[in-house]
Amino acid sequence: MTYIRPKFRHPDLPKNDLGYTTKEYEGSLSTLCAGCGHDSISASIIEACFELSIPPHRIAKLSGIGCSSKTPTYFLGNSHGFNSVHGRMPSVATGANMANRELTYIGVSGDGDTASIGMGQFVHVIRRNLNMVYIVMNNGCYGLTKGQDSATADEGSKSKAGSVNPFQPIDLAGLALELGASFVAQSFSGDKQQLIPLIKAAISHQGFAFINVISPCVTFNNNPGSTKSYDYVREHIESTGKTDLVPEKTEILTSYESGTGTNVMMHDGTYIRLEKLASNRNPFDRMGAMNALQNARNRSEILTGLLFVEKETENLHQTINSSDRPLNTLMQEELCPGSSVLADINDELR
Amino acid sequence: MPNSKVNNFVIRFANVNGTGSASANYLFAKAIFRMGVPVTPKNIFPSNIQGLPTWYDVRVSEKGYLGRREGVDIMVCVNPQSMPDDVRSVRSGGYFIYDSTKALHPELIRNDVTYIGMPLMEMCLREFTDPRQRQLFKNIIYVGALAALLDIEFEVLEQLLAEQFEGKEKLIGLNIKALKLGVQYINDNFSFPLEIRLERRDLVGDKILVDGNSACGLGAVYGGATVVAWYPITPSTSVVEGFETYAKKLRIDPETGKKNFAIVQAEDELAAIGMVIGANWNGARSFTATSGPGLSLMNEFLGLAYFAEIPTVLIDVQRTGPSTGMPTRTQQSDILLAAYASHGDTKQVLIFPSTPKECFEMTAESFDLAELLQTPIILMTDLDLGMNDHMSEPFVWDDNKQYNRGKVLDAQQLEELPRFGRYLDVDGDGITYRTIPGTHPTKGSFFTRGTSRDEYAAYTEDGSVYARNMERLLKKWDTAKNIVPAPVLYQSENKSPYGLIFFGTSTYSAEEAMDDMEASGIVFDAMRLKSFPFNKTVEDFIHSHEMVFIIEQNRDAQMRSLLINELNVNPQKMISVLNFDGMPITAQFITSQINKTLSPAIN
Ligand SMILES: Cc1ncc(C[n+]2csc(CCOP(=O)(O)OP(=O)(O)O)c2C)c(N)n1
Ligand code: SF4
Ligand SMILES: [Mg+2]
Repeated sequence: MTYIRPKFRHPDLPKNDLGYTTKEYEGSLSTLCAGCGHDSISASIIEACFELSIPPHRIAKLSGIGCSSKTPTYFLGNSHGFNSVHGRMPSVATGANMANRELTYIGVSGDGDTASIGMGQFVHVIRRNLNMVYIVMNNGCYGLTKGQDSATADEGSKSKAGSVNPFQPIDLAGLALELGASFVAQSFSGDKQQLIPLIKAAISHQGFAFINVISPCVTFNNNPGSTKSYDYVREHIESTGKTDLVPEKTEILTSYESGTGTNVMMHDGTYIRLEKLASNRNPFDRMGAMNALQNARNRSEILTGLLFVEKETENLHQTINSSDRPLNTLMQEELCPGSSVLADINDELR
Repeated sequence: MPNSKVNNFVIRFANVNGTGSASANYLFAKAIFRMGVPVTPKNIFPSNIQGLPTWYDVRVSEKGYLGRREGVDIMVCVNPQSMPDDVRSVRSGGYFIYDSTKALHPELIRNDVTYIGMPLMEMCLREFTDPRQRQLFKNIIYVGALAALLDIEFEVLEQLLAEQFEGKEKLIGLNIKALKLGVQYINDNFSFPLEIRLERRDLVGDKILVDGNSACGLGAVYGGATVVAWYPITPSTSVVEGFETYAKKLRIDPETGKKNFAIVQAEDELAAIGMVIGANWNGARSFTATSGPGLSLMNEFLGLAYFAEIPTVLIDVQRTGPSTGMPTRTQQSDILLAAYASHGDTKQVLIFPSTPKECFEMTAESFDLAELLQTPIILMTDLDLGMNDHMSEPFVWDDNKQYNRGKVLDAQQLEELPRFGRYLDVDGDGITYRTIPGTHPTKGSFFTRGTSRDEYAAYTEDGSVYARNMERLLKKWDTAKNIVPAPVLYQSENKSPYGLIFFGTSTYSAEEAMDDMEASGIVFDAMRLKSFPFNKTVEDFIHSHEMVFIIEQNRDAQMRSLLINELNVNPQKMISVLNFDGMPITAQFITSQINKTLSPAIN
């Protein structure tokens, strides 16, 4: 599945509203193992940003450390990127977002990066409802340090070396729901049809959008006993239904027959279109999503799709009532009170 | 000495934490300041919210010495818990003022101390009904008594109360009533004023009385900080509180009412510094404030900021380590940790303010320095400077001064550039050009990383490219030497074989010690360090003296180590004067330590 950029490109590659082809959204050639799930996710990110016609330079991509966290090199080459330290991408994203609320922030992390060393930051970035997309490329192991079990490895899951994981897994999607995340989705790296619309919806969401993507590590965790292997995931996947994102300007009724699904209006005016929802599933029902996730787990199934989205959401900038203008554009005249104000302050201290 | 008891004493208040004594004690200190007499208050408080002993020392010095002085001339003791110790700490010939509601234990009577007992509790019970008022006004009554005993002008106290409780007439009235109760009790029972007393002077000029942390917070407002991330820790907390207080007044958009700043209380210091790095990377001026334990946690990120060259401003208000140490006591003991923060070859720029005025201007300047040098700037203050009020030169701001944002390319410049190299040393000073995310559609984006990369920010594991980059960082370090604040020399020409080096809050006491030693015939040359890296002046100063005393407030002579490590100087002649008991260093301590070394030589 490794996404290798073809050298030759067809002159008639489709263009988006900005007149860009996917080429403008690609990154450097991947150096991950051939077949690594992470590369497929990179390809989906490229496609989602292309389809949404986001100017690449208006996206900031951030990551921690791990094979997964290396991927920002391999997508969105015209975007600024920041490969930070292990487990601490959320804080860097928070600071960046505070500095400029107008960019689109895409954070990429691994299950080690998020569920172990970065757990504190993951929990708190959810709590603050930072306006960002947070993708975990979840392979149940530490790829970059050669395959140790991660905290998302299922109990009883067998590593390539044959050892059986004795610990309970941390269910990141369940945790995000529990913590009050305003957008929670789950998907599989191999299912681009599902993943691309989910990433698009996550970008459109004006708060914290979490996507837990099962992403097999072909080198260390793709063996028969592993619950994060391609075969296992394909056999145990259960979708909540088809998701699509309808851009603001598209007439909903022209794209979809009414009555077959649910339209979720996003804050930026776009709609998420959910089709074929499993019976009784309502994307605005957090408790329902938690139950469904738990039930699927009990059946050893992986529930994918959009699990939950909050209609009205207040992100960190709104919570703290910071300026509508990006703080990094304020000039000295607006920031520095000057000497006459200082003279008054001095007087108060005499 | 003639009149040595006028405007020249130390008074100590012994209180119980959480009983509202702080504002009464401050009222006392501020009144002296308003009478034109130099004053230096110091809070000695426990790591506790309520119930443990706390002391407030006020040194009054006609000569303007602002360092701490040992020896208590007047003890005001309203804490039975600490009374035995408090009695012991009074100097012979001094005064012990106490709450006489309960009789003093006979063992606490000293013949060489004058006792002034006032039934504070009893008076409060009689005069006030509200339990909280009974507790609070006990403190105000003793201030009133001191006004009579020490000749504090009553109108000054009235004026201060009027300012403090503006618009709350009832409170002003109650406070004045309490003050008068104190005055009256002294009138009725004791002869006054005491020999030790105050006289109005004109020695304060246009100086201000303020703590260093508020000054740092205000400096960050003036320096253009917009994103603040922090995690509470004594003694740094009031830096961010100071920033917030001023920003709420000075940084609200007049049209929308929204904030032209963002403060995030992070989940820990790991996150706080990460947020600061993220914000600075994205073109906002951003800072955090912490103390030793936080600085330890921030190390990994400081290495990233050093290596990836991201402007970062960090205010370290040092306290007594290691570990939790004595969290409410002062020290200068994070120097080596800060100077070489993080693994690998790293060197960090340190700035050492020694007064609130410098806290203000150096904090503001740190944002320029951070962006000029594209590296962390660590402002090294301490608990004594940060949390105590200091008489300081007023804050100054030059309206013609423009923020220096350093080498940042805008869209136009990127357009004209054939090829942008984030880590390309175009100017030969080791400082390269950066761009802010979102500037140009196709040019200027780069990948920031803690891994090795080439001049164009592309990942590389080529050892020679890595080494070239590390060499360039050293070149930048050399450039920094002439950009960071230069040391202060106390003489235009050397006049002594002995040199003194000091920095930060040791300055007051070092200056006083120099006067004292000069009076006894030993003259010193002196230099105050204001930053690291050290420039050539520092090296020259050391070379041109036979013996150099380095005064610092830690056990391990950290500044001395740094000087020896960074400069080509002979360690043999570098002699340490080390105070590390958590109390601010005194001139007497410095003098006695130096005398220990010099006396044999002089004799
Ligand atoms: C502070 C710190 N500790 C340990 C490491 C070593 N390390 C690098 S990547 C990694 C685990 C990555 O696992 P995950 O986030 O799941 O990414 P994957 O490689 O599986 O995609 C570890 C432990 C590090 N870089 N930094
Ligand atoms: S080790 Fe695993 S996670 Fe890392 S690149 Fe290879 S397949 Fe992907
Ligand atoms: Mg992993």
